[in-house]
Amino acid sequence: MPLLGLAGLAALVAGLVALGEGRAITATLPLGLPWLPWRVRLDALAGFFLAVIGVVTCGVGLYGPAYVRALEHGRDSLIVLGGFTGLFLTGMLLVTLADDAFLFMVAWELMSLSSYFLVAFQHENAANRRAAFLYLLMAHVGGLSILLAFGVLASFGGSFAFEAMRTGAMPFGWASVAFLLAFLGFGMKAGLVPLHAWLPEAHPVAPSHISALMSAVMLKVAVYGFLRVVFDLLHQFHWQWGVALLLVGSFSALMGVLYALMQHDLKRLLAYHSVENLGIIFIGLGLSVVFLGTGHPVLGSLGLIAALYHTVNHALFKGLLFLGAGAILHSSHERDLEQMGGLLRRMPWTGLFFLVGCISISALPPFNGFVSEWLTFQAALQAWQLDSGVLRSLIPIASAVLALTGALAAACFVKVYGVAFLGQARSRHVRRARPVPMGMRAGQGLLAVFCLVLGIFPTGVIEVIDAVPRQILGSGLPEASAHGWLWLTPVSAATASYSAPLLAVILGVVAAGVAWTLRRGAVRRVRRCDAWDCGFAPPAARMQYTATAFAQPIRRVFGLLFHVEEGVDAGEGAAARYRLRVRDRAWGLLYAPVAQAVEFAARRVVRLQSGNIRVYLGWTLATLVALLWIIA
Amino acid sequence: MTAAAWGVALLQGLLYAALAPLLVGWVRKVKAALQNRRGAPLIQPYRDLRKLLAKDARVAHTASPLFQVAPYVVFATTWLAASAIPLLATGLPTAAIADMIVLVGLLALGRFFLALAAMDVGTAFGGMGASREMLIAALAEPAMLMAVFTLAMTAHSTNLATVVDYNLTNALVLRPSFLFALGGLLLVAIAETGRIPVDNPATHLELTMIHEAMLLEYSGRHLALMEWAAQIKLLLYGTLIANTFLPWGIAEHLTPAALALGLVAIVFKLVLLAAALAVAETVLAKMRLFRTPAFLNLALLMSLLGLLSYVILEVGT
Amino acid sequence: MSLTGLPLLQQLLLVLAALVLFTSFALLAQARLVSAIHVFAWQGVLVAAVTTLVAAAGQLHHLYFSALLTLLLKGLAIPWMLHRLARRLGLARHVESLRGPALTIMAAVGLVIFSYWLVLPMVQESLVFTRNIIAISLAVVLIGLLTMVFRQQALVQVLGFMSMENGLFLAAVSATGGMPLAVELGVAFDVLVAMVLFGVFFFQIRESIDSLNVDRLNRLTETAGEGD
Repeated sequence: MPLLGLAGLAALVAGLVALGEGRAITATLPLGLPWLPWRVRLDALAGFFLAVIGVVTCGVGLYGPAYVRALEHGRDSLIVLGGFTGLFLTGMLLVTLADDAFLFMVAWELMSLSSYFLVAFQHENAANRRAAFLYLLMAHVGGLSILLAFGVLASFGGSFAFEAMRTGAMPFGWASVAFLLAFLGFGMKAGLVPLHAWLPEAHPVAPSHISALMSAVMLKVAVYGFLRVVFDLLHQFHWQWGVALLLVGSFSALMGVLYALMQHDLKRLLAYHSVENLGIIFIGLGLSVVFLGTGHPVLGSLGLIAALYHTVNHALFKGLLFLGAGAILHSSHERDLEQMGGLLRRMPWTGLFFLVGCISISALPPFNGFVSEWLTFQAALQAWQLDSGVLRSLIPIASAVLALTGALAAACFVKVYGVAFLGQARSRHVRRARPVPMGMRAGQGLLAVFCLVLGIFPTGVIEVIDAVPRQILGSGLPEASAHGWLWLTPVSAATASYSAPLLAVILGVVAAGVAWTLRRGAVRRVRRCDAWDCGFAPPAARMQYTATAFAQPIRRVFGLLFHVEEGVDAGEGAAARYRLRVRDRAWGLLYAPVAQAVEFAARRVVRLQSGNIRVYLGWTLATLVALLWIIA
Repeated sequence: MTAAAWGVALLQGLLYAALAPLLVGWVRKVKAALQNRRGAPLIQPYRDLRKLLAKDARVAHTASPLFQVAPYVVFATTWLAASAIPLLATGLPTAAIADMIVLVGLLALGRFFLALAAMDVGTAFGGMGASREMLIAALAEPAMLMAVFTLAMTAHSTNLATVVDYNLTNALVLRPSFLFALGGLLLVAIAETGRIPVDNPATHLELTMIHEAMLLEYSGRHLALMEWAAQIKLLLYGTLIANTFLPWGIAEHLTPAALALGLVAIVFKLVLLAAALAVAETVLAKMRLFRTPAFLNLALLMSLLGLLSYVILEVGT
Repeated sequence: MSLTGLPLLQQLLLVLAALVLFTSFALLAQARLVSAIHVFAWQGVLVAAVTTLVAAAGQLHHLYFSALLTLLLKGLAIPWMLHRLARRLGLARHVESLRGPALTIMAAVGLVIFSYWLVLPMVQESLVFTRNIIAISLAVVLIGLLTMVFRQQALVQVLGFMSMENGLFLAAVSATGGMPLAVELGVAFDVLVAMVLFGVFFFQIRESIDSLNVDRLNRLTETAGEGD
């Protein structure tokens, strides 16, 4: 476990160095096939993602040992867990460093397979096995799509090395085919709707620090892959692609947050929020492609920086939130929000760090989520510079959807924090929860501090990230820090400016000043008393709002988008049960028909299996003849 | 920036805190007149605040430290957001932080802590208030943002002071987009400040409360801060609407005469707006909770039409 | 040429055109029948105002007569007749809730963007601001048709049909300075006769299927007896 932390630190340092260097470092490893050696390359884009992987891994490295020790009481082998975690991390690092398609795919497979074993770690439960299988299936379908995309790129570039692919000139049709394949493959891994079904199944069943790694880091590796293939290797930008990205991103963001609101399993809720945030990242990427495709390189850089900033933000606060969920699981063995309550007084540090995570993910100033959302809005607002009126009206509508998802995310995290940490405990285990060990607290604290730092010093962070668009697109965002470290001015000072340090300082000074003014004199004491109960019985823990109750108005308003089964079963006597099940519409609309089609085709193909050896030999002969004829 | 400019900026901030209770008192006075009553004096809200500040603060046994921190956060965010909006003059140093999206974010931060504080005590009323408030906020946010976008795309900036300056220089242009954005913002303002027909600020029936339910457990100086923050929010939205869409009278140079004219102008505009609000509150009835989505959809529609009018009608190619 | 370069009269024209678009949205989403009739009346008044302004701006005197005709017919007579019809059919307090209002409004917004995109290639420089009004009138026509598709109450379908005609009239006025007077009068009297016939037909429909919900007309198919 400490090795994990060291590896994370090394990755972080390497990434930051690469971002600052300005040129790429390449090397050739003595592995791989004789005519296709494995090449690695460390440039600004890879460096950025290495830094992201590194910082989250540091946090998980601090957190892991204490958490895993609690799993020792089970029957599962911890050496297996440690081994596969190492393989998982290796896979992700190699994907980021790969400079040719072969190494990329091998590392991608390593990442997927090792995470499958991690997801299936607690395999006694049948639901866990099913979730892991679904994850493996979709990871491989996505991987196939990525492989085909590389195939298209390689056929135009001449070889599987990325260097060659960069120089290949592709017509619009084939470039679109490659784009779609890459979008499908990486989008499936990133969890965009409607290819997201594996995410809310797989992330909750893994051990919490693995869920943190998967959600915070693996999804970003998918974003890295997409950026590498589309922005770097293809290097063509068409506004139609941008509109597709924008539409899928907006739809994912909205559906992700709405489904998240309906969950009361804490880890499933966080998994759906990952869908939402990946949607937001792709909205930023879509804006970038639209601007680049219509000839506005600086605005394209702005969109890209907004997406990259949100990537690192999401890694930080999602990692933090999953670690917090793991801490709750560790001390109260509870994952269901409806059983929690009052944890802030029992686990103060975890509660504080989780609050930081909640404020960050709700995109509220002065934390980091707000900066990336502000940058995305600023990018969208530059739509007036476009020529096409249709684009000028579509982009603001997409940003209205973004605003709606931001507000719904805040509602969701008020629900989560209010039900889990505030109020009264709703079950015995939770009432007896104790604070978690120091290591776990330190891991969360590290990520929380980074959330705050990235929120208060956005100018510095953008100066570092700026290396990526400068390397890929050729132009950065020089205006952003033109007015010093205090002001963030992405386009120009006249257009928009945001001063995070000033805001945070003024808020703190005003709040402290008011508190000091009012707390002097005889009235400074605070007396404890009972809560208001209308004069009837004292409020019991069961009278509080549950998580389902909190989300009920939103469920009613957005009802058409869910598949809701609701009913009251009148039992004997006074034992009536309320039954509510909210299901993902994607299952009925997409997955079930696809599964039925596959089964139908499989039943047809089964007829090939006649059992007669001469028939099999006949098939072999036919295939051999056909292949020889093609080669000739 | 000169010392005079900083002084005026500070004065503007203090005026926001000082004038907010007066605005609420005026609204109540007009409502009382419409109901054939004399009503409480105009300065009654000041007396209420003073009374509350002198009382003990009582906190429930089940409350956590967040309950006591929240009023200060809510007050600070609302006051800071308000102070950035041009009240008297436009060329102030605080104008640089008056980015419209940042203001929306600050108000959202206050609302986040308010809702958390409501859930803190562990009673059903708090949960109900928080749940309803987050629904309304979620539906109002896209409408507000579309109106902001319309203003920003016209003035090519999200900075509020820049928008006000732009409107001042092009004052006599009739824009359909601004008309619709004004309508949308008015409806959003009613929803966000919790006035009839979305929420009744004077109700004492717990099951009809939204904003009041979140404050139910507060007392003493905490309640004073929360009430004051709500009043500042009303003044914030009133000034935003008045000075953005009808910016005449606002001081462009920092001379005492121009500032006095600016003060008179904004007071005049606010008196009219508040009277219109009072008339609307008397004529309309509070809607059921599940009718407010239709209300906010109307706001969103108007903002959207404003944006579309801008794209279709106002930008010739 | 942007908005600030236009004379005040043309800015007012744009405002009125935008308000006409707003009334067609309001007609689509309005649940109460009587309020829908009032919205339609306001739409007629606004179209008459636009006609008057175009007449004043372009010195086209025959348009004053068209404006008066529109005001009397679309703003007063037809709404009055519909109101009376509603009262006689006992539908004065009828409220019909739109299923999925958000989706219909989004579809209407999509139609507005689509009509804007369609009209873009019209490149006559001098008509650049009236070209935008043509986009709005096309949108009004399409939204009127959308109203007829999504609303089930027969009276509201009539309103949708009438608002289509409003949109066409607006397009004619803004693009070509009005239609010849003979065509104007012919169309106006056609609309009036259509109103009278609608009145008669509604009583017949209600007697035969006992409701004015157009979906009930589904019964008149070969496979009658299944479904509603």
